[in-house]
Amino acid sequence: MRLQKRYPSYVTLPVLIIYVMFLLVPGFIGIGYSFTDWNAYSSDVLFVGLDNYKKLFTGSNYFTNIGNTLLFTLGSTICKLIAALLLALLFTNKKVWLRNIQRTIIFSPQVLSFLIIGLVFRGLLHPSTGFLNIFLRSIGLDSLAQKWLTDVRFAFPSVIAVDMWRGMGHGMVVFITAIQSVPASCYEAAEIDGASYWQRVFKVVLPMIRPSILVITVLNITYGLRVFDIIFVLTNGGPGHVTSVINTAVYREFAMGNYAMGSTLSSVLFVIVMIISVFASRLMSRQEVET
Amino acid sequence: MKLRRNIWSVLLNVVAFTMTAVVFVPMLTIVVNAFKTQKESSTLTLSLPKTLQWDNFSVVIERGKLGTAFTNSLIYSFASVALIVLITLLAAFVISRNKSSLNLLIYTFVISGIAIPINYMALIKWLQTLGLMNTRVGVILVYTAMNLPISLFMAYGFMSSVPRELDESAIIDGCGFWGMFVRIILPLLKPVVSTLFVLNFLNCWNEFMLPLYLLNSSEQWPMTLAVYNFFGLYERSWNLVCADILLTCLPVLVVFLLGQKYIIDGLTSGAVKG
Repeated sequence: MRLQKRYPSYVTLPVLIIYVMFLLVPGFIGIGYSFTDWNAYSSDVLFVGLDNYKKLFTGSNYFTNIGNTLLFTLGSTICKLIAALLLALLFTNKKVWLRNIQRTIIFSPQVLSFLIIGLVFRGLLHPSTGFLNIFLRSIGLDSLAQKWLTDVRFAFPSVIAVDMWRGMGHGMVVFITAIQSVPASCYEAAEIDGASYWQRVFKVVLPMIRPSILVITVLNITYGLRVFDIIFVLTNGGPGHVTSVINTAVYREFAMGNYAMGSTLSSVLFVIVMIISVFASRLMSRQEVET
Repeated sequence: MKLRRNIWSVLLNVVAFTMTAVVFVPMLTIVVNAFKTQKESSTLTLSLPKTLQWDNFSVVIERGKLGTAFTNSLIYSFASVALIVLITLLAAFVISRNKSSLNLLIYTFVISGIAIPINYMALIKWLQTLGLMNTRVGVILVYTAMNLPISLFMAYGFMSSVPRELDESAIIDGCGFWGMFVRIILPLLKPVVSTLFVLNFLNCWNEFMLPLYLLNSSEQWPMTLAVYNFFGLYERSWNLVCADILLTCLPVLVVFLLGQKYIIDGLTSGAVKG
């Protein structure tokens, strides 16, 4: 009781109120609207039960968005994780020159907005006037010059590559800090035992930085599921529906005035992310007890 | 043996510098092209401009309405960041000092929203009901809400490093809660205030989806939306688009260079400790 008086709980109210009012309430209102036919063309909102969800899981175009979202999440998470780990190993190696400057450069896209990065790469990946193809042609690799963002085969990998370009620096910085906090005696012991470089990486470094790997994986997954800006700017879901994810589909429905369908897609995302969040926070708190 | 080690060392450096170049070249291309004429920038390459076209920037500021957009971005970012820092520090302090079941419940409840996706259609309807749609206050409150969970997480993680004995002595000296918080605790929170400030500033400045849905009138657009719109109108003038991009990134780069340490502290704080 003394604590309660000294540290009054009411000061948590602003956080609680703003969080509930502007984050949770809209989420639940949205779930409510997903059971209606709410749209821009009629002022009446009628209850339609599970119709929207039926359309979502039977109409193939809607379902593609969910599949693409999961594919993007999986692809970008794995690519960024591996790139970040390799970069972290590279830039903690004493043989590499100018490590700090190189780290800073690789990390720097992290502070730029996805919108800007999307615009930049729309220019750079342009089939005829973009930097990449002009560069490939200038070194005689004409056959590699592709329509990166408009060809059905390349759009998805291109989007993941651009996302990787921005995101790998975050993981790298976190892993570098983690690797540097591994006591030197661990490496020395492994070295004396005659472990090769890769044996040391797999048997010493990776197990020691496991908590960071887990956190970065979770962050990348929750980011991947909610991805919008970068895809909206680079391809807007195209060509066709090849790169269309849940959030770009929601915006399309919103622009067409199909608010109910937009809300339904959004609600599916809400539920997926909440399930993963609960799962992840359990996994992470268990980890904390172990270490 | 020595030769093998040398080859290995050269190889590592080649890989490292190639990766750095892959990240650096796109940014450099934008900077170079921002100073070209429209004709020179019709292909985006690293070839240098004949003369530096400083005019590009004034043209962009005028045609892209960047003055208004810049002011808007500043208002949204600073107001949200100030609000976020103030209320999360208060909440984190009280929760970490008095870990009652109610307080811990509040903490878990808010933290579980770290990755919540926003349903913008429902949000628009809700803001209309509250009379906050198309207002600056509405935008600021939503920016704040979006960044609250992660900020509370970081602030809470920092609080245990502030010694409790200080509270005791402040109370003995006759301070109430507010006196203690403002005079004794707040000055000790400088590192976490800097981290929260820098990270939230970047998040708010870079936000695109929220203004895209919520703001109809160009008078209220932040920089991101202004750039996007400008790109739609001047897609063929890459020199201008690059100049616009550069101006939008300028504040962010300044914050990055000044606050790099705090950004990295913030990003690694949760992740490295587990």
